[in-house]
Amino acid sequence: MNEFELQYKPFGKYSILIEWPQVISEDVLKSVLSYKQALENFEFKQKVYIKSAYNSILITYDIIINNIYDEVLTLKSVFNGGSDILKSDFRLWKIPVCYDLEFGIDLEEIAKQNNIAISGIISLHSSTIYPVYFIGFLPGFLYLGGLDNRLHFPRKITPRLKVEKGSVGIGNSQTGIYPNESPGGWNLIGKTPINFFDVTKEQPCFAKSGDKIQFVSISRVQYNEITVQVDNGSYNIESEVTND
Amino acid sequence: MIKVLHPGFYSSIQDLGRRDYQHLGVPISGAMDQHALKSANAILGNDENCAVLEITMLGPKLEFCCDTVITISGADLQPILNGIKIRLFSANNVKTGDVLSFGRLSKGFRAYLAVSKGFQTEEVLGSKSMYKGLTTTSQLQKGDLIKLIRTSHINNKYAHVKFDGNIDVDIIVVYKGPEFEHLNDKQINQLFGQEFTISKENNRMAYQLDELITNSLNEIITSLVMPGTIQLTPLGKLIILMRDCQTTGGYPRILQLSEYSINVLAQKKVGDKIKFKLEDYQL
Repeated sequence: MNEFELQYKPFGKYSILIEWPQVISEDVLKSVLSYKQALENFEFKQKVYIKSAYNSILITYDIIINNIYDEVLTLKSVFNGGSDILKSDFRLWKIPVCYDLEFGIDLEEIAKQNNIAISGIISLHSSTIYPVYFIGFLPGFLYLGGLDNRLHFPRKITPRLKVEKGSVGIGNSQTGIYPNESPGGWNLIGKTPINFFDVTKEQPCFAKSGDKIQFVSISRVQYNEITVQVDNGSYNIESEVTND
Repeated sequence: MIKVLHPGFYSSIQDLGRRDYQHLGVPISGAMDQHALKSANAILGNDENCAVLEITMLGPKLEFCCDTVITISGADLQPILNGIKIRLFSANNVKTGDVLSFGRLSKGFRAYLAVSKGFQTEEVLGSKSMYKGLTTTSQLQKGDLIKLIRTSHINNKYAHVKFDGNIDVDIIVVYKGPEFEHLNDKQINQLFGQEFTISKENNRMAYQLDELITNSLNEIITSLVMPGTIQLTPLGKLIILMRDCQTTGGYPRILQLSEYSINVLAQKKVGDKIKFKLEDYQL
């Protein structure tokens, strides 16, 4: 699976950055995730923290890296000698979204500018299966790929000071969910009652890099019902194992 | 317990932060000046990760509701216990009813108040460091009660040790960042040939600098960043990420501060001058 040429760069005295070519693709994602999995299964001599993004992995050591050459050789051997096959314990999560105009306050604008009916936006947005590339920006914010070209829409020139938790938005070629209230420049098309980050859980975020997300259109009434279930802890997000 | 009579400008509970959840987009957080945090804990014989109060620019007014031992490290905000000035980096016995207040900021920007055995506040994801959206509150409010463990014994062992501060340092040691090689000679000269001024845009997330750098670099595909990463924006602004920074970013990462220099920068305020010094090492 070593079809990509990787670059190893020191990043400060505690970290090494591994970089893939500067493209966003599911092939790169798979390669990144295989490497990450190999690193997570490797027994480092000291504690390390591993995080990934579209085309990079950052390994941060607890103590100063004494010999960067040795460490890079170790990293390379981990990937070459290890599991090039990505073990598939990835899941497809079905996320209920209410696309009511009450929440989708920018739907009309997108419909007008992109010359597409609101019902068309909803069906395009909820029929795609989006890969989770990584989590960043805010606790529990998923970077999703695969937004249909017809839904690409520029960010707001002036970001809103307050976007509500659970809001689903579109920013340029990306779509995503605000896991918490925050300022934000994305165009809002709906809202989910699902919690994407819960500090009381051992796994604060149910999703991980390599998982997939599909949005399921729900009514305003269903939104209220699911909100109650999420609040009292009785709602289970529908999901299935995904193998591709 | 400590009762908050006045919260000061921005005071928050901090320890060494939470590092195990970065892959879920959780900032590391923790004391901005970790050298000062560790010194304060060392003076009291605490574990180095004990939670302290990080005090920014303008000190709070606090009433102690039990006996304990305290020390203050970092910036000099002229701490006053019951009307009498106390020395920084010294262990002080405190009794029920004592009031700690602060005078004018005379040196540095962030002071650290440590109590014996550390503050016993809410722990979220393995850390007591306050962060908006994760912990119940992100800063002290008037009337808050902060839990601590009652102690009356004073450990004098370190009481008169002079701790080496980093307050007067203005050299910021940096290493090459992942996109450093994309800079041209002119940009490199600008970075290392002049002083930079701390902008008014400075907080626990990031410090911006006033002086601009000619920028010809493209944005990068969103990638990984950490405290101490210097980003260069399309408008030529330098942004130095600090302890509460996001885990990912899309601006070129041209330099990376040394751990020591993150602590140095944490004591700088708007208008202060710094100079970058490149420490080169080869891969």
